Amino acid sequence: MLTKLIINCETGEQTEVELTAEEIAQREADAKAYEAGKKAKDAELAAQAKVKADVLKRLGLTEDEAKALLS
Amino acid sequence: MAYSYKLIEAKTLASAVSSITFSSIPQTYTDLLLKTCARGSTTGGDPWSDAQLSFNGNTSNQTERWLGGFGSAAASGTGSQMILRVNKDSSTSNTFDNSEFYIPNYTSANYKSVSLDNAVENNATAALLMFNAQLWSNTAAITSLTLALGAGNFMVNSTFYLYGISNS
Repeated sequence: MLTKLIINCETGEQTEVELTAEEIAQREADAKAYEAGKKAKDAELAAQAKVKADVLKRLGLTEDEAKALLS
Repeated sequence: MAYSYKLIEAKTLASAVSSITFSSIPQTYTDLLLKTCARGSTTGGDPWSDAQLSFNGNTSNQTERWLGGFGSAAASGTGSQMILRVNKDSSTSNTFDNSEFYIPNYTSANYKSVSLDNAVENNATAALLMFNAQLWSNTAAITSLTLALGAGNFMVNSTFYLYGISNS
C-alpha cells in the first residue's frame, strides 16, 4: 500500500492518505519518463565518447596527448 | 542574504510514505529552504533512488542542469525533472542523504529557480555528490511543495525540515 503524507504548514495538521489509482498511474508514468530521458542522455553521451575516441584513434593520439595539445 | 531563518515545519517519519507534501506554505517569507535526510526502501543497482520535487501539485515544465561526482567518475548533464537523489536501502546501513534545496523568491510571478546541494552517503566507492540548478517554468506563487519517490517509500526516520528565510 502506497501512502502520501501531507503537512499543512498553517495548522500543523498531518494527514497520511492512500494514493489513488490515478496518482499511482501518474507516479509510474513520471518514473518511466524520467528513466527514458536518462537512457536517452546516457546513449547520447556514449555516442559522443565514441566519436571522440574514433577521432583520436585516426589521429594516433592518446586522450592525454590531445589534452596537452589543446591546453 | 538571509536575515532570519524560521522553521516552518519539521517532520521525522514514523511510518514509511511514498511522498511528503508541505501544503499551505505561508507567503510571508522571501525564500524557502528544504533540508532532507532521507532513505528510500528500494535496493539494487546504484545506491541512490530518485525523488521528484514539485510545486503546487504540478510535475510539468521542469528542467535541471547538474554537475556530479559518483565516487569513481565525474559528469554533468541535463534533465527534464527536478530530482533529488536519496540513499537506497542497499546503501550502507543507517545512512541517509544529506541535501538542501534553496528556493529563492517563491512568491514571485517569475519562473522559479531552485538550487540543490545533494549528497548520498555511502561507505563504498559508489557515493554521490551533486550540484543542481533546477527550474520550474511556471509563474505561480509556490503554495505547496512535494517530494515523491519514483519507486518505493521514504523509510522511517527520514527527516524533512522546511524553513522560511527573510531578507529583511
